Amino acid sequence: MYRKCVTSLPAVFSLIFLAFGAFPLNAQESPYIVTYDHYLEEPGNLEIEYFSAFGTQKGANDFHAFWVELEYGATGWWTTELYFEGQTTFNESTIFTGYRLENRIRPLKREHFVNPVLYFEYESKNSADKILKEVEGHDVEADFLVPNAQARKEHIHEAELKLILSSTVRGWNFSENFLAAKDLSNHPWEFGYALGASRPLGMKASATRCNFCPQTFVAGIEMYGGLGDRYSFGLKDTSHYLAPVIAWNLPSDWTLRVSAGFGLNDNSHRFILRWGISREISGFGEIASRIFRGHR
Amino acid sequence: MNLPVRMFVATTGLLTASLTFAGQERSPAYKYEGGARVYAELGKAPEKARAKRNPMENDPESIAGGRNLFQQHCSECHGNSGEGSRKAPSLRVDEVQRAAPGAIFWILTNGVVRRGMPVWSKLPEPQRWQLVSFIKALGSESAQSRDRK
Repeated sequence: MYRKCVTSLPAVFSLIFLAFGAFPLNAQESPYIVTYDHYLEEPGNLEIEYFSAFGTQKGANDFHAFWVELEYGATGWWTTELYFEGQTTFNESTIFTGYRLENRIRPLKREHFVNPVLYFEYESKNSADKILKEVEGHDVEADFLVPNAQARKEHIHEAELKLILSSTVRGWNFSENFLAAKDLSNHPWEFGYALGASRPLGMKASATRCNFCPQTFVAGIEMYGGLGDRYSFGLKDTSHYLAPVIAWNLPSDWTLRVSAGFGLNDNSHRFILRWGISREISGFGEIASRIFRGHR
Repeated sequence: MNLPVRMFVATTGLLTASLTFAGQERSPAYKYEGGARVYAELGKAPEKARAKRNPMENDPESIAGGRNLFQQHCSECHGNSGEGSRKAPSLRVDEVQRAAPGAIFWILTNGVVRRGMPVWSKLPEPQRWQLVSFIKALGSESAQSRDRK
């Protein structure tokens, strides 16, 4: 029974996602999957995102990790997110690996040359987590060699802080993320980074609504990796990736993202293919507020 | 506490906190109606920004493109024709229509984050200017409909 439940996890995640597919939205999303820019969710809007990551694995079975993000614009300066994540390791099993609560806060009111955003996250997951949403400390490919049955027994409670710096100049976005993560059991602080650059393929909006106009595509590249821990800080003994990314913002308000990530050293997975699909529900806060408060 | 209970508590907490703030965010919107205060944000645009000319002014596709962008990104709060709603002010009023194009562009770029207006610098500059063209065209539409009456 349990096995039946867990093997249908990706289908359940997809169904939750599609259940919201009928709502209207307005999308203008960046193509990044790992890197964050300084743009927060519009206040009152809920964005529902589904992502998949297929990764190769030396010395063990390849895997498919997946996660759903519920991203809500609480205010103009605060976005909060809830993640549910799982993974399938081929010829092994499909398991739920945990959840994350994430908050991003924009401290400055106006747009500047460099715009900071503060990021706070709590993760409750097990060691079988393979979504690779970030690389931290001395994360290496060999960490994933542990079979699911064993890895799932180890629970991790982790706090993660990020400083997000982002600039938009002449249509180009440049984002730099620096992260510090602390396993709440007795582990040292670990560090990581993510860098991204992206630009829409078309700068002007066309007079007619179209699916394939250049302005509906945003292309870019991101690079991310670990920076060791407080005892051995640096680029060595960790993994690094380079990933071209593209987002397709459809006028029908869907956004598709694809990223092909390549490992840059022997500690990295050789290849990680990620894709994601998202929709935004405009005015979700107001709708929910009416339901819960019973007025307005 | 086992995992499902923790997940339930976390989700409920998140939802409650978010909705609390969503309610607080909405209340200034009521002050928008009939109040000149919200339009004062236009006056905060620096002189340099205000003096900028709209490079898309003579582009025949500018208004049509701006209309598409407006429907996609702005109409949810400002209404389909920029008439305003409980969430955001009308863009057809004199305060907006008399404002310098550069001031409107500046507001689009910087947002009014504390009042719920997002930063739109993620749209490339030509698209923001197309939005300015469309917003300015709303004034001509209003004038024409007044003349017909």
